Amino acid sequence: MIDIKKNHIDQIKEHAQKDYPHECCGIILGKFNGSEKTVTQVLEISNEKEEENRHNRYLIPSSKILEIELYAIKNGLDIVGFYHSHPDHPATPSAFDMEHALPVYSYFIVSVYDAKVVNFTLSVLSHDRSKFEEELIKG
Amino acid sequence: MATVYIPTALRLFTDGTSEVVLVGENIGEIVTELVTKYGDLKTHLFSNEGKLRSFVNIYLNEEDVRHLDGLNTKVSEGDKVLLVPSIAGGI
Repeated sequence: MIDIKKNHIDQIKEHAQKDYPHECCGIILGKFNGSEKTVTQVLEISNEKEEENRHNRYLIPSSKILEIELYAIKNGLDIVGFYHSHPDHPATPSAFDMEHALPVYSYFIVSVYDAKVVNFTLSVLSHDRSKFEEELIKG
Repeated sequence: MATVYIPTALRLFTDGTSEVVLVGENIGEIVTELVTKYGDLKTHLFSNEGKLRSFVNIYLNEEDVRHLDGLNTKVSEGDKVLLVPSIAGGI
């Protein structure tokens, strides 16, 4: 379960539309409360994948993750998840997404066709890495 | 000997522990000790072939060990070892 407000969802959608036809990506900050998360901030991150592959791949390098992790610690926050877009494809997590995912984090995926957001999914990797499970939005 | 800092997502597999002091002369020994102590971590850090997953990065005192001597990088008492994922995906 994740508590994410409309303004944060809108921010992610706008980023997805702005970066179309490339994939956008970002980091979701907030707090863990047991198995629940509360989102307090959404950070747009530059997709560091090489330009010719940005239509179907995204990359946030570890140096950026470390930078944001230290920022989060300083501000009493946690990295609670990540978002990215699927241009001209459904928001369903791909096999590539699953291969590169970690449990606990929320994975927010936005489907964008013709620069318009169609829908989104929120998923969490199962502990045995076998599948993504849908994460419910609180409220 | 070094202190390993566990990212939030992996604390589920370390009984909630955020940092652990482990004995070893280099990064490889430290990581082996880590997955020996917390067996459930192994599948998230290593592939089925036993190789460190491509998105798992190890930092020694905030420097990527790939820029040092990789898993052979020597550690000293008081060193900080951080596990930092790179995040990737796509269609």
